Amino acid sequence: MGGWAIAVHGGAGVDPNLPPHRQEEAKKLLTRCLNLGISALRSNHSAIDVVEQVVSELETDPLFNSGRGSALAANGTVEMEASIMDGNGRRCGAVSGLTTVKNPVSLARLVMDKSPHSYLAFSGAEDFARQQGVELVENEYFITEENVGMLKLAKEANTIVFDYRIPAVGSDTCSAVAESRFQMNGLPISVYAPETVGCVVVDSQGRCAAATSTGGLMNKMNGRIGDSPLIGAGTYACNLCGVSCTGEGEAIIRGTLAREVAAVMEYKGLGLQEAVDFVIKERLDEGFAGLIAVSNKGDVACGFNTTGMFRGCATEDGFMEVNIWE
Amino acid sequence: MGWAIALHGGAGDIPVSLAAERRKPREAALRHCLKVGVNALKAQKSPLDVVELVVRELENNPHYNAGRGSVLTREGTIEMEASIMDGNTKRCGAVSGLTTVVNPISLARLVMEKTPHIYLAFDGAERFAREQGIETVDSSHFITQENIERLKQAKEANRVQIDYTPPIQKDEKKETPTANGDSQLGTVGCVAVDSHGNLASATSTGGLVNKMVGRIGDTPIIGAGTYANNLCAVSATGKGEAIMRGTVARDVAALMEFKGLSLKEAAAYVVEECVPRGNVGLVAVSAKGEVTMAYNTTGMFRACATEDGHSEIAIWPSVQN
Repeated sequence: MGGWAIAVHGGAGVDPNLPPHRQEEAKKLLTRCLNLGISALRSNHSAIDVVEQVVSELETDPLFNSGRGSALAANGTVEMEASIMDGNGRRCGAVSGLTTVKNPVSLARLVMDKSPHSYLAFSGAEDFARQQGVELVENEYFITEENVGMLKLAKEANTIVFDYRIPAVGSDTCSAVAESRFQMNGLPISVYAPETVGCVVVDSQGRCAAATSTGGLMNKMNGRIGDSPLIGAGTYACNLCGVSCTGEGEAIIRGTLAREVAAVMEYKGLGLQEAVDFVIKERLDEGFAGLIAVSNKGDVACGFNTTGMFRGCATEDGFMEVNIWE
Repeated sequence: MGWAIALHGGAGDIPVSLAAERRKPREAALRHCLKVGVNALKAQKSPLDVVELVVRELENNPHYNAGRGSVLTREGTIEMEASIMDGNTKRCGAVSGLTTVVNPISLARLVMEKTPHIYLAFDGAERFAREQGIETVDSSHFITQENIERLKQAKEANRVQIDYTPPIQKDEKKETPTANGDSQLGTVGCVAVDSHGNLASATSTGGLVNKMVGRIGDTPIIGAGTYANNLCAVSATGKGEAIMRGTVARDVAALMEFKGLSLKEAAAYVVEECVPRGNVGLVAVSAKGEVTMAYNTTGMFRACATEDGHSEIAIWPSVQN
């Protein structure tokens, strides 16, 4: 194979009854972001630049759960986190607890490039953002009406909402909820679905990179950190591959999912798809998650044990696919 | 197969000329903590209880960079972090940005057991601590004169110190100066296995001297500073940024699982091949009751014991006979 490859995701775990127009909306966004990445790759941008650019675009769009459109924490505010890793040298950057930074993934990149550290959080991260002169906005900017509604539902149910999916109609969905058998984090998928975003790229020089960004769990305790900013869990890249995960944060963390894909390639000699399949099958126990990955050979793969994952991928030889279901 | 325990108080460029008045209290602490851990194992306490207990002792000791005795941020403040993991279930708990919690490792355990989450940080973690009624004190409790000195030196040299070098006394000679004059210590941790092969790991730290406010290191990152599964339990120490990208703790276990390396081989491989020299140390135990303590720094404050009577307390490489 060889050549560049790119994959993007908008979350693993999709309501099988998701209305067609919502499915179309999601596919359109994924396609647009994929094309953005493809264009950059054709212009010879490096993998690390491409993943940042694509995730940044996903953050700016209110559709998925990152940047604008992030899920709300228990106190009704948005707390965002992200991480980015450059397989070439395994440098990494991560941020958590952001409330005013318009593009968390870009701040994560700055942590990697412009600070002596790899991970900054909460007020320290916000201070760093100010020093770096990145674009800052009021917390309200990130909050959408949809999510305000979802938070309310979550509080009424007094449970953590995994991410969100607006019920098509209030009471109808409640019965649909009762009938829905697929659950994530103890909640029916028809109401709650995860929509962390991510991108993985291998550029024409065979360098891999990965980035992941999220607002986290709806109704999460303020201060809760999930898998997305954790290197080895939500994000990982080395000279062999780049991986970005989404799904039940707690399952991804204890499974060190992103690192796992790379580790089986490195230590067991598995190919990319084999590694992805192995990890999804063997490393999730009762947890639900999905991931996208690229290899330095130009392969792209995805895997998930959820009902659906919003995703798209493309390779230099012209292959391109945007999908939600199996 | 029997129980085994290992603990560390930081790996780094610990000068062999370390003054007695600095070395002895640390050795005494290692001895004491080892005893606490061994007694707990003998009393059939679970490894999870044992590692928490031992790390609490190390946090309470002002000579180590965790809890009381934590190094200071660039603002002269305290920000502590910790994580704990149970090998059987792979349940884990982590905390960061603590300023008033006397025992961060215990809060990490509460996150694991009392919330649906794994990791809480900063204000949210402090709030949770209060809800749980865990012991909190004014932040000044954790600050020691030594660390005020260290911060001062680091600022003067305009560097972030990965350690807590003894504040330089005018008449102290350092036998092995590194390029930037820092010795590299930091972080405490404990791993334990009982005679049934149950494993657990715990790590706790104040972080890097002169770190940016809000900086998170490897210690609370599962797979980096702490990891345990049904094969082994690992706790790492050293340069956080290097341990994070090297996913050190997870890699020891992965090498055992995927390449069939023994505990000792896996640990040696990781410290020699996965992290640059001078950056990492770790302690690990296996389900079979083996123990290993590996580091690529000048030394590592460490101690271990196994049920068959072997025990060791050391700082520098042991002399093989």
